[in-house]
Amino acid sequence: MNNTFIAFKALVHKDVLTFLRDRRALVVSVLTPIAIAAFFGLLFGGDNGATVARLPVAVVDEDLSPLSQAIVGDLKSDAALAVEACDSATARERVRSGKISAAIVLPKGFGAAAGDALFGGGAKPTVSLYYDPSQGMARPIVEGLFTEHVMQQATRQLMSGADSPAAAERALERVRTNERLASAARTDLTAVFEAVRQYQAHAAATPAAERPRSGGLTVPFALADLPVASGPRYNGYAHSFAGMSVQFILFMGIDAGVVLLLMRQQGVWRRLRAAPLSRTTLLGSRLIGTTLIALLILTLVYAAAMLVFKVRIAGSVPGFVAVAVSVALLAASTGLMIAALGRSVAATRGLSTFVVLLLVMLGGAWVPSFIFPAWLQRVALFVPTRWAVDGLDAMTWRGQPFAAALAPIAVLLGFAAAFLAVAIWRFDWEAD
Amino acid sequence: MSLLASNLEKRFGATRAVAGVSFEVRPGAVLGLLGPNGAGKSTTVGMLAGLVRPDAGTVHVEGVRLGTGADPTKARLGLVPQEIALFEDLPARTNLAVFGALYGLSGRRLDARIAAVLELTSLADRAAVPPREFSGGMKRRLNIACALLHEPAILLLDEPTVGIDPQSRNAIFNTIQSLAAAGHTILYTTHYMEEVERLADRIVIIDHGRVLADDTLAALIAAAPTPSLLVLDYAVPPDAAALAEVAALPGIGRVELEGARLEVAAADIGTAAPRVLERLAARGFSCQELTSRRANLEDVFLALTGRTLRDS
Repeated sequence: MNNTFIAFKALVHKDVLTFLRDRRALVVSVLTPIAIAAFFGLLFGGDNGATVARLPVAVVDEDLSPLSQAIVGDLKSDAALAVEACDSATARERVRSGKISAAIVLPKGFGAAAGDALFGGGAKPTVSLYYDPSQGMARPIVEGLFTEHVMQQATRQLMSGADSPAAAERALERVRTNERLASAARTDLTAVFEAVRQYQAHAAATPAAERPRSGGLTVPFALADLPVASGPRYNGYAHSFAGMSVQFILFMGIDAGVVLLLMRQQGVWRRLRAAPLSRTTLLGSRLIGTTLIALLILTLVYAAAMLVFKVRIAGSVPGFVAVAVSVALLAASTGLMIAALGRSVAATRGLSTFVVLLLVMLGGAWVPSFIFPAWLQRVALFVPTRWAVDGLDAMTWRGQPFAAALAPIAVLLGFAAAFLAVAIWRFDWEAD
Repeated sequence: MSLLASNLEKRFGATRAVAGVSFEVRPGAVLGLLGPNGAGKSTTVGMLAGLVRPDAGTVHVEGVRLGTGADPTKARLGLVPQEIALFEDLPARTNLAVFGALYGLSGRRLDARIAAVLELTSLADRAAVPPREFSGGMKRRLNIACALLHEPAILLLDEPTVGIDPQSRNAIFNTIQSLAAAGHTILYTTHYMEEVERLADRIVIIDHGRVLADDTLAALIAAAPTPSLLVLDYAVPPDAAALAEVAALPGIGRVELEGARLEVAAADIGTAAPRVLERLAARGFSCQELTSRRANLEDVFLALTGRTLRDS
């Protein structure tokens, strides 16, 4: 066997063996990403992808009119909301303390005013919406659902409520007396409310059992929620395992770099260089050793993801392997670059941990990148972690073919080559 | 010649670490490279080991010019670094296997060499234990063992006894003497005089990157300006005027008072001792005890540099 190959193999074997004997490193690199990915995965829907918690809101009905009571009833039966009824002060306090996401206050006189304002004639009542600024996403959801229920109930009250004839009469009166209305518009609106009165008269003359169940506007469609993923169903853990794997592999890469710095400080590197070995052999064996460790971590983390959390490689298996190897090479070259640029161990570890956390965050490993501002999403395209997470996502729950892995692989290998070039360029061979 | 250093020079920025160092080591000899911290010893060893490329000068190993990187000539050398350069978490045997493989050893040959160096360094019963569980002396012995696996003709030991107890130091000395007896050429750097006095056939004294002396121990001491010393203990320390009179006596070199102890360097103790005693007695200083000793390397270093090794 060639002497260089014997040395290369021994150095790679030494790196892997050192990692395996370090139980702390094993725990940090394997169990921690599994635990954190499990937590994030649970938050993002778990393995059935549909369990979104009901939004906790309060409704304060100060009006107690038929319309307000009907709206409160609708809100309580809405599957997206967990509604509690209380007074205004309590509702406000519960929002302030973060117990609920929002509170809707229907003021006194709301029912009458809303009916009159439906066609723009009467003064609009003011509904207060208290919301928790730390849960800004909840506000538009509550607004949308509330508007839907108000529109349905307000038009229903106009068409078939107990007060509907009087309401229609008041609406007609406002149309007739509104001097700002154009003549043609007045004629058309008068015809609309006359038609409503006719509808009410027919309904009143119809036996109760034969009357239509309700009048008024309804949402004119039925929405079918269809998750688009190639696997049997979306698994919320798949994305979080991709993100956490990338994060902790990069952490391991940093550790590998710091270990090389320590080797230089402790004279081990000097001893290695005393052997008749080229720079390629010394740095190359380090690159391959760290890459193998990264792949080992990925294998163990994804084994847990598949066995326990039902994550599946729904896309190309060769594509997944190729992306994984690219991520591992990226981590290894990052470690070498750190060893080349770093000075003190503590400062290097601290700074590089900060940089990795930033890269991982921008890569969408913690929260999906679609919630980033548009400019930040564009910035993220220049971050290798974004491509790593996207590549793993594509090959797992998105079920993409091998072709979809090519762009992430190219970008990751490009970054790895650049980092390696910096490492070789900046490595001080004579300093120990 | 086993090892030949010719006009080695090395700069690090504005600092001239080595400024024209030359010496040679004959086959099977032990050369002591003595100098204070910062004298340029480690940089010189770096160039001798093919780790540092000299700005000028050459190193020849058994007649072959030494390069850096993958130069196969490096396999004729075994380096014991100043630091404990081991993988602390891997068993001693695994450490040896890794360092042996760096020189192309594998299979049965590697196993045989591991057994041999463990035996030589008395670590055979600790082969399965990682160095982090070793004493300082055992680590130092393993540090040496790692450099012996590939049977180098020349062993470069860079301060191999730093920070260990006298018993462990003796064990290392015994190992080095065994290696020398087995025909290894050894270059041993240290700032402990007693180590080179005990081990070295020839001594090179280096300071500020330059060779100040290169000879055998006996020749270095013989060439010292004052090869003997008188040590006189007084109840009352002699005053400055008395010391000046002593220094002016013929055949007297350095005169140094430390507390109530007076050291006087003299070319000939037989003639100097009565004169010194008589002059100080005339001044009213009565000697309590008189001893004498031969000059040592410390005195040689002092004469060459104007300072002691410990002051440096």
